[in-house]
Amino acid sequence: MCEDCGCGLPAGIPVTVSGPGHQDHGEHEHQHHGHDHGHGHDHDHGHDHPHHHHPSEPGAEERQTLDLRHAILEKNDRLAERNRGFFRARGILVINVLSSPGSGKTTLIGETIRRLGKRLKTAVIVGDLATDNDARRLRESGAPVVQINTGTVCHLEADMVARAVKQLDTVGLDLLIIENVGNLVCPASYDLGEDLRVVLLSVADGEDKPLKYPPMFHLAGVVIVSKLDLDRACDFQREAATANIRHIAPHARLFELSAKTGAGLDDWCDYLVKQHEAVKHRDPLAS
Amino acid sequence: MHELSIMQSALHQALREARLAGAARVHEIRLRIGVLSGVVPDALQFAFEAITPGTAAEGALLTIEEVPARFWCAACRREFVSENFYAECPDCGVPSGELRAGRELELSSMEVDHV
Repeated sequence: MCEDCGCGLPAGIPVTVSGPGHQDHGEHEHQHHGHDHGHGHDHDHGHDHPHHHHPSEPGAEERQTLDLRHAILEKNDRLAERNRGFFRARGILVINVLSSPGSGKTTLIGETIRRLGKRLKTAVIVGDLATDNDARRLRESGAPVVQINTGTVCHLEADMVARAVKQLDTVGLDLLIIENVGNLVCPASYDLGEDLRVVLLSVADGEDKPLKYPPMFHLAGVVIVSKLDLDRACDFQREAATANIRHIAPHARLFELSAKTGAGLDDWCDYLVKQHEAVKHRDPLAS
Repeated sequence: MHELSIMQSALHQALREARLAGAARVHEIRLRIGVLSGVVPDALQFAFEAITPGTAAEGALLTIEEVPARFWCAACRREFVSENFYAECPDCGVPSGELRAGRELELSSMEVDHV
């Protein structure tokens, strides 16, 4: 924080500003004086008193600074924690599946459910701006599916998930797969209460997607290179893609698979079963 | 374009705080936005100008401090700022698993009428 005026701006930090008077603050000069903020103002004279010490900024001495430090998404974060508590108490593994549109989320989820078979009882919540096409596709796998239509909203939020979960029978459920809206930017900001973020990078997406969308890839617990059957047609550079994923998400577990041919799917499903074992035996009150 | 809803949340919180403080006018709102938050400051500015007219923050200044990505290198026992978001320590090359700053979406402070 700025030592001079308490305005929250470390000196030298580039700021983006708008509105009247921004040219005054753009250089981070201190027209307003911290020493006047917050004192008692117990003078009994009227408001026609001359405040000669601020001739360059009339009215500035009438202001006060409110120090807030509020998380802007505090409400979503709180609801996400509530979801997380609900899922943990029931021993449900929850994964939030994210990618750009067309990277193969729906196909992968459908094939994952088929291959898991009776190993994990699975349900799906799927978000799209419009249509229930994905829900209809996913129901062919036999799992219960709830479609969320977000309208114009480009991501899922924790309260949408909470409402969708109410439509599911969660008794005995092992795995909840949340297919987020196809978008590599906005969903990164919203915790849904998941255990794991799974980010897909299809071989058609380009090897540098992780470098172009670092917020999304940084938060990935798992990165899946999908549509591996198309790698030659797309001239996919495997080493470059892996290196880029490692730069941004060094901690992420990496899978390469094709939901179409089934290559790599067994490793992915075994991983989910192991993750579920860990969740099932976890102390719900452990952080 | 989730910046509109994020700006609406921030403005809602700011107006509530101004009301609690008994202030009729908001002169400036300050945000801290991490470079790994997934939020674009320019889009927040655009949203701010669109949603403040008719509120106590009409004509107010929006100041956004961008918070760089700062990782902790456990091997070197020091923090480093990553301009390109790479998690590897520039000195030892070991990837960091600990992001210490850069995901902020924070309403940090505001200037209101003195009451």
